[in-house]
Amino acid sequence: MGRALSLFMVLFGFWLLMSGHFEAWLVALGGASAVLVVVIARRLEAVDHEGHPLHLAWKGMAYWLWLLVEIVKSNIDVARVILASPAGVSPSLFRVKASQKDELGRVIYANSITLTPGTVTAGMEPDGTLLVHALTEGSRASVESGDMDRRVSRLMGES
Amino acid sequence: MGAVLDLLSWASILSGALFIFIGTLGLLRLPDVFSRMHGAGMTDTLGAGLLVLGMLLQTTDWLVAIKLVMIVAFLAFTSPTTSHALARAALKSGLMPWTRAGREVSKENPPS
Repeated sequence: MGRALSLFMVLFGFWLLMSGHFEAWLVALGGASAVLVVVIARRLEAVDHEGHPLHLAWKGMAYWLWLLVEIVKSNIDVARVILASPAGVSPSLFRVKASQKDELGRVIYANSITLTPGTVTAGMEPDGTLLVHALTEGSRASVESGDMDRRVSRLMGES
Repeated sequence: MGAVLDLLSWASILSGALFIFIGTLGLLRLPDVFSRMHGAGMTDTLGAGLLVLGMLLQTTDWLVAIKLVMIVAFLAFTSPTTSHALARAALKSGLMPWTRAGREVSKENPPS
């Protein structure tokens, strides 16, 4: 019930911010549609820690900021490679272990890898082994160093 | 104050456009579908991010500002998901990545 309530608050808040209307009648309609979505989401059994991981939004602030810096750095790296010699890249496909036990943690790790240019997660095996494609030796090394993996584990409270 | 904000906003929009341009260049010049995705990845991370930052500096309406931030937040979830789906689909259909040592030649991936 707590999750349903917080989902309602998020949806209703989102509705208010997107619409910019604060007249009673329209706000009531917005509230009603938020309730309807919560009811549907509950029937879909989508209101769980995965479908609504709000706890990570604030707790993970340090991680999101770190990821932002990584994204900027790898953007510059990839831009440099493209401008210098697109034919001189040394792409590779390799496996790396995601140490998170929680599926949500693995998804966050896999998506973080994909979000940083130069590396894309192309698959995940049931034991959490990720299949990663990297554009250069450097981008491969940055994944294999395991730094991001440890940070995601810390975000999920697993280490 | 307005002039400084304008300058920052333009710097941000222009560098965003530059990253999108370089990303597009990568899309055209990198050797195979997997490495091209890294070029495309630049356009929807730093490219789109800097464009939105530049627009944020232009707006005085906080509702517009929130919508702009939402756009980046949604991109941060949808863009890796689509990249992942694309890479996985390419692998599933038997396309092997190009490497220094050469690549597996298949019907969909003729030698160039």
